[in-house]
Amino acid sequence: MAGQEQQQPQARETETEVDVPEAPPAAPEAQASEATQGVDDLLDEIDGVLESNAEEFVRAFVQKGGQ
Amino acid sequence: MRVMGSETEYGIHAPSAPGANATMMSARIIQAYATVTRQRAAGGAETRWDYTDEEPLHDARGWTLERSAADPSQLTDQPPVLDAEAVALAYGRQELELDGADESGSLLMNMVLGNGARLYVDHAHPEYSSPEVTNPRDAVTWDAAGDLVALATVRKVAADTNLPPINLYKNNTDNKAVSYGSHENYLMPRSVPFGDIIRGLTPFFISRQVVCGAGRVGLGQDSSTPGYQISQRADFFEAEVGLETTIRRPIINTRDEPHATADKYRRLHVIIGDANLSQLSNFLKFGTTAMVLSLIEAGQAPRIEVHEPVHALQAVSHDTSLTATVRLMDGRHVTALDLQWMYFEAAAKLAQETGVADAISGDGHTHEVLERWESTLTALGTDPATATSVEWVAKKSLLEGYRSRDGLEWDDARLGLVDLQWSDIRPEKGLYYRLLSRNRMLRIVDDADVTRAVSEPPVDTRAYFRGKCVSTFGKDVVGASWDSVIFDVPGLGKLQRVPTREPLRGTQALTEPLFRKHQEAGPFLAELLGRKPAAPRD
Repeated sequence: MAGQEQQQPQARETETEVDVPEAPPAAPEAQASEATQGVDDLLDEIDGVLESNAEEFVRAFVQKGGQ
Repeated sequence: MRVMGSETEYGIHAPSAPGANATMMSARIIQAYATVTRQRAAGGAETRWDYTDEEPLHDARGWTLERSAADPSQLTDQPPVLDAEAVALAYGRQELELDGADESGSLLMNMVLGNGARLYVDHAHPEYSSPEVTNPRDAVTWDAAGDLVALATVRKVAADTNLPPINLYKNNTDNKAVSYGSHENYLMPRSVPFGDIIRGLTPFFISRQVVCGAGRVGLGQDSSTPGYQISQRADFFEAEVGLETTIRRPIINTRDEPHATADKYRRLHVIIGDANLSQLSNFLKFGTTAMVLSLIEAGQAPRIEVHEPVHALQAVSHDTSLTATVRLMDGRHVTALDLQWMYFEAAAKLAQETGVADAISGDGHTHEVLERWESTLTALGTDPATATSVEWVAKKSLLEGYRSRDGLEWDDARLGLVDLQWSDIRPEKGLYYRLLSRNRMLRIVDDADVTRAVSEPPVDTRAYFRGKCVSTFGKDVVGASWDSVIFDVPGLGKLQRVPTREPLRGTQALTEPLFRKHQEAGPFLAELLGRKPAAPRD
């Protein structure tokens, strides 16, 4: 089926805990409106994981050339 | 469907050790994985790469570049050398001895993994090259397995209190004029004229970023113009066709290094893609490109020629409304979505003619690629914001959330941080993973399958043989490459090199009984090579 989503959260084999999703699986069509509803909630969560001192962090990320 | 594979160079950063030598840090990453897997080859910790069949200066247009004319970065047929002085300057000589260096002072630079992949130091980045797979679903699975390999190395380094923690990012630029690649490889018949590949692929590559671009804050190679664009890589392309991968980057790369029987196959090396975390974008990147190659082979690629392709590539990347048009040589002006629809229609027609897309009797993959391709193009054409699992769209939506909540301009450092941290491979820090855990990004492959692919090779290519040799007889395997495995069997005076030049041989179906039967490399090799076990030499 087009757009059929596999929404079952499954444990990753890592040392990290992954948050248990709060919402039941959503159809793709429903996601856009949910995205709007949950945006503040999401930003709050991301505020908590963003590196501190954005300016310095971004400036210090310097790479050498690659392929 | 088609033999293919991915290569990911990870961005590398130790925030607490600014200025740390990038090659040294990359070597630490490889070392960390050797420790995690307790993998030991006969020669020590390292499975040496067999450079015998590397031909980085062969050009698919029919010539070979002189070594003296090549950029040093093109000489990938030589093992990388870590400058001992650089190591000592960055970390001190004493630490070298504690950190897995062998007697010669060289650090671990290469591993061949039990899943058939290669993990190694590529200039200044750790790189994971996935094993060969036969379909886009497996391409996504073993590419994502690379992210778990990278995660394991980051955890291992972080657990060592003597070392600065290292972060790895699955992205393609530092936004300060440096780009590093994520490449794709596709097996093709040698008989297809290279000119057909150039003609057939160029308009496709200009347009496919609308489904598989990873999104980027900043315009221009150094991000000097504020804004957001679709592709991480587009601004770094400066040529239409060429052999280089680090300078004068071309839309069509001509490296002719088949890693297979050279008169039968070519390995098309694609350098224009973004590294994808989004499974939908990654699935479509591999699936649609494979289908377009089938169109080219069948002589049914759309006859389209884009005026000034490099300029068009960047114009498409800079237009997130998807309404900008590119000019065709026949005078028409079309959008990137128009181009994608032309390829979709042609691919759907060919798939119907050949029967590969049949839900029951087809190849089991083309049907899904066509469905997802069509629904994604439809969503992008209706309102790009509704294609929520397309990577650049998902990232843009997050950034727009910040812009609207906090009133940020595109050159605000916090948006730059969101862009960078999107691709942090740690699930607790990587913003893509935050969205994935909230089911805001589509899962196409099972987490359990990805986890299994960290240690298990695909079953239907020669990667099975390579991976199983490493995991079963690791201490006896001294070297390997895409088309060889080299054994140093105890008691035998010389090395045994097993060529694996046919990508679809060495599969589980062909070789599993041998692996089951033999616990020792000597008898295994003897039966494999059709000989009696050689008597140990005096």
